[in-house]
Amino acid sequence: MSDLNTAMIEKYRSSFLKEVEANVEEGEWVKMCMQCGVCSGSCPLGKHWDHPPQEIFMMIRAGKREDVLSSDSMWMCTSCYNCISRCPRGLPITHIMHGLAVYSKRLGLTPQKQPTAEFSQIFWDNLMKKGRVNELKLGLSMYFKDGFGQGIKNAMANQKLGQNMMKAKRMNAMEFFGGHSVKDLSGFQKIIKKAQEIEEGNIKDFK
Amino acid sequence: MAKIELSFYPGCSSQKGATSSNYLVSAQTMCEELDIQLNEIPDWNCCGASIGYGGGGELPRLTLSARNIALSEEHNSGQEIVATCAACWLSTREAKERLHEDEQMFKDANAALSEAGLKYKGESNVRHMVEVLVEDIGFDGIKAKVKKPLEGLKIAGYVGCQTNRPFGIAGESFENPQYLDKIVESVGADSIPTYEKKVQCCGGALAFSEPEKSQEMIKGIIEAAYDNGADMIVTPCPLCQANVEIYQDNINETYGTKFNMPVVYYSTLMSVAFGRSATDAALNGQVIPAKKLEEIANK
Repeated sequence: MSDLNTAMIEKYRSSFLKEVEANVEEGEWVKMCMQCGVCSGSCPLGKHWDHPPQEIFMMIRAGKREDVLSSDSMWMCTSCYNCISRCPRGLPITHIMHGLAVYSKRLGLTPQKQPTAEFSQIFWDNLMKKGRVNELKLGLSMYFKDGFGQGIKNAMANQKLGQNMMKAKRMNAMEFFGGHSVKDLSGFQKIIKKAQEIEEGNIKDFK
Repeated sequence: MAKIELSFYPGCSSQKGATSSNYLVSAQTMCEELDIQLNEIPDWNCCGASIGYGGGGELPRLTLSARNIALSEEHNSGQEIVATCAACWLSTREAKERLHEDEQMFKDANAALSEAGLKYKGESNVRHMVEVLVEDIGFDGIKAKVKKPLEGLKIAGYVGCQTNRPFGIAGESFENPQYLDKIVESVGADSIPTYEKKVQCCGGALAFSEPEKSQEMIKGIIEAAYDNGADMIVTPCPLCQANVEIYQDNINETYGTKFNMPVVYYSTLMSVAFGRSATDAALNGQVIPAKKLEEIANK
């Protein structure tokens, strides 16, 4: 269990809702949920959530900390924004789900090998390198995330798709060597590093 | 001088050799014909898309967009920021709203930007290209530019998610937006207003991480287009376009379907209807060729 997780359990012993309000993006909205279930019924991947959003909100209020934060559910969000546009009380549900997912990841509670959690980190690391996404490397990182052997298998399985994209000039093998970049890369990286430090500071300030 | 000047945010997927480079080519052609000048934001960076949240958290993610807005405000002062990509538009506009509502976040983002001597003011409007078309050019304005009406084509308008929710286009309904159908009609083709999958999610970034779950949804989007007698699907979103077009082989293999449905951008349709060549319309960027559009373009 991570130190941060232990510290948070200690600090918010009495209320998981308060913990979510303090540490999760848009978490202060959770208490406004009126349990109508429109979000759960509107979610395109709803049937794949162990606990759909309405249930997550109820579980937060019921103090089911472990069940919520170690759940695979929030990672099923496709960012379609159906739940936001339909919620009668205007809860920013998409952002709360993203926020819960990020918080669970920070505490080290996200299920191992959760594919969207992995992809999300791969995507972020990819864009941080050059300030712009390198699609070729993004695809390769995803194929090879479970090792070389599996990577070759994945690449072979998607060979035709890759060839189609290259033929249409919508994929470029040369992107492997460098690729597109922002010009002021050091300035870009300094900015984001600073933003990360500020955010880390806000979360770690739990004493 | 151009009638409209915009501070343009093209986004990563539009770059040369990337998945929606064909979108950029056709959007540039379309803008030439509509007398819209696109002034690219100098040295723009990735917006983080939707999926960046898991790695980036809140402030670093919002700061990505704050940098782009700051650069636009410095170099393209007074111009509205316009994106062609749904995720670019959403992220940029969301960042602007969040930094406006949250004073601390505004200060924190500016503290980060000052590391590279940038300053975020947040005074620029952030819009999607289709808003410019619908609100500034207007359907009649589009119609007036048509030289080769796309007669006889039946086109399913697939709006998708993020060029619709959460911000909406021109105050339209989230559940049954009409603007894409009206664009289709404006270029002389037949729209399918009852295309029931018009706002169905394609899986977005989860097409990579959860391919089976996403392809099940994509199958529904294509199937409904066939059921409605569509010749092709049109969309305003780069990820929708790619997801719905390029996985048709995989879907055919899994489900025994025989899908071969072209998926194009509104800018592809407009470039052809405005009389420009197949190359200017980037029809060579189709993985599934849009033969009927090629015929019209080559006429």
